[in-house]
Amino acid sequence: MTAPTVPTDSPDSPDSADPAGSNVSEATASGSGSGSGSGSGSGSAVATLLASPRVRAGVPSVVLAAFLLIAPSSFDGYGISLLSKALALGVLAVSVSVLAGYSGLPTMGQAAPFLVGAYTAGVLGTHGHTIGVVQLLCGTLVAAAFAAATGLVAIRTRGVAFLMTTLALGELTVTAAGEWRSLTGGTDGMYGIPPVQPLPGMATLNSDRNVYWYVLGATTVIVAIVWRVLRSPVGKLLLACRDHEARMRSAGHPVTRYQWLAYVAAGALAGFGGVLMCTVNQYVSPDDGSFSNSALVLLAVVLGGATSPLGALLGAGLIVATRDWLAGPFPGHGPLLLGLMFIIAVYAFPDGVAGIRFQALRVPRVLKRRGGSA
Amino acid sequence: MGAINAHFVPALDGVAYGLLLFVAAAGLTLLFGIGGVLNIAHGTLFALGGYLAATVSNGSWASAFLGLAVATVGGTLGGAVLAAGTLPLADRGHLPQALLTFGLSLVGGDILSTVYGGDQHPVVIPNSVNGTVHIFGHVYPTYRLMFIVVASVLALAGTYVLGRTRAGSLLRAAADDRDMVGAMGYAPWRVHAALCGAAGALAGLAGGLGAPIIGPGPDTADKVLMLSMVVIVLGKPGSVVGAFLAAIAVGEIETLGVSISSNWAPYLLFGLMTVALVVRTFRGSSASAGAAVGAHA
Repeated sequence: MTAPTVPTDSPDSPDSADPAGSNVSEATASGSGSGSGSGSGSGSAVATLLASPRVRAGVPSVVLAAFLLIAPSSFDGYGISLLSKALALGVLAVSVSVLAGYSGLPTMGQAAPFLVGAYTAGVLGTHGHTIGVVQLLCGTLVAAAFAAATGLVAIRTRGVAFLMTTLALGELTVTAAGEWRSLTGGTDGMYGIPPVQPLPGMATLNSDRNVYWYVLGATTVIVAIVWRVLRSPVGKLLLACRDHEARMRSAGHPVTRYQWLAYVAAGALAGFGGVLMCTVNQYVSPDDGSFSNSALVLLAVVLGGATSPLGALLGAGLIVATRDWLAGPFPGHGPLLLGLMFIIAVYAFPDGVAGIRFQALRVPRVLKRRGGSA
Repeated sequence: MGAINAHFVPALDGVAYGLLLFVAAAGLTLLFGIGGVLNIAHGTLFALGGYLAATVSNGSWASAFLGLAVATVGGTLGGAVLAAGTLPLADRGHLPQALLTFGLSLVGGDILSTVYGGDQHPVVIPNSVNGTVHIFGHVYPTYRLMFIVVASVLALAGTYVLGRTRAGSLLRAAADDRDMVGAMGYAPWRVHAALCGAAGALAGLAGGLGAPIIGPGPDTADKVLMLSMVVIVLGKPGSVVGAFLAAIAVGEIETLGVSISSNWAPYLLFGLMTVALVVRTFRGSSASAGAAVGAHA
């Protein structure tokens, strides 16, 4: 059983793949140890504070929030628009973490509903419907409907078959987007999409900075909703279905329906991200839904730690930062840096970037290597 | 008769293309079905083989064979890198390995594009097979015909090695029960290294051999990886015969399918793949035990 080993008072309980109970107790023990060792004064107070799992789990969120709020004032226009892109891609990564991490369904085609959402926003925009909230709602709904239909097919399969079915569905979607020229503009893409106004009566977003605040706001709202839902019994049900499918079925849970609903919700989420991407780029093309985008986002989630929405956001941010910003001085060599980052990350952060959180206060990982099946 | 005549050349092309995909996918299916490594860098090794063969070839037979040898050695070295990289990740599941091989494919692709630029590199094939021949009243490139023969021999040889030799039975045993093979005195890391090396060699060889058909260029790696994945999934991972049938089917879809119905051709491959995967899941839910299916050679 999963439930008894997961302490309900620990905010990071859904975030750790290994038995969270032992983790937290070890961390607390070593944390208080280092606190007493460091002597008295404020250092001890900080250590004691950080020893509390609740506080420690909150630190990365606070740091991320502070960065996202402060960053625009020191970035130029290009940097800010990259940050907006990273957030839109981050929403897609969160949707992949709902599927791959929580539901045990590693998807290679999540860029498809993302593309559907982006095209919905593009079509609405070019037809004069430039209200941001309307675009977000419509894009999310259309992507959810798309996922509801494709989910009927995909959810029948498991494991590698699911990976490949979603890949095939994604490729079909990209092909369809390229062929349906009257609606999508074909493989040239759809350009000249007008800027949005967030709510009726508000000013049009005509600078990178304003677009960023709008995207940040929308991302915060949607990620908060996802985080809240995943911390509710819904998240526990998904994890239970992932780890003990047969037991859940025999307990009377309609596992297939849960997973279909997770697939639809993840599709809606990806569509939301697609609308944001359309708002940032003011351009949509079938390439946005390509296989490499899906794979990149899946790996962003692995990079970030599969069951952590925050980690998914960080993973997407790391990818955009490496590929588009860090590679700036070496034009054309973004893939090289990205590849090196993946290679280093796979050895250096076995639990994903979100698994780092204050490792210094923990027992060294070497002492508790995970077994193959345990 | 007329319809058959009109589609004869595309159908033959499909066989050649399918055989190329089979040689390309054989290494991937070995490594995935037996070694459990989903090698995203497989297409990069194929492209490496193609580039090396294109660099060496100058139109003489000696350079053609040298090119194939260099391509195979290059692929084997790539496989060795892969073996060293994946060994420490052996007990961490598929995704970390995919993350590593994806990283390797990005780095490898960047190096290839830096060295060879963004253009297609044509391979100079020996003059004696650079012409055309007449089969049943149709003009057909000699090289492709020769390729069909060579690839068929390779396919037969591969099936023989895997199914009838001691090394082959060891690999099949490793797919079924790694620990038992270890207990018999074969160090697991050696089996893993041999597997990665063989898979890399096959990818490099396929790249060299197939360079006149899928020329080495910036899109080669992605295209070959994608088609190879389709082939191994349709043919069930680890199964050589399954991969062979799937490769021919994919080859025909990509050539005959386009010549019969160009409107639907873009959807054919992945549409049929979706149908096949779902039908198989409905029919054989008992066989969905996992990815490491044994090699039924």
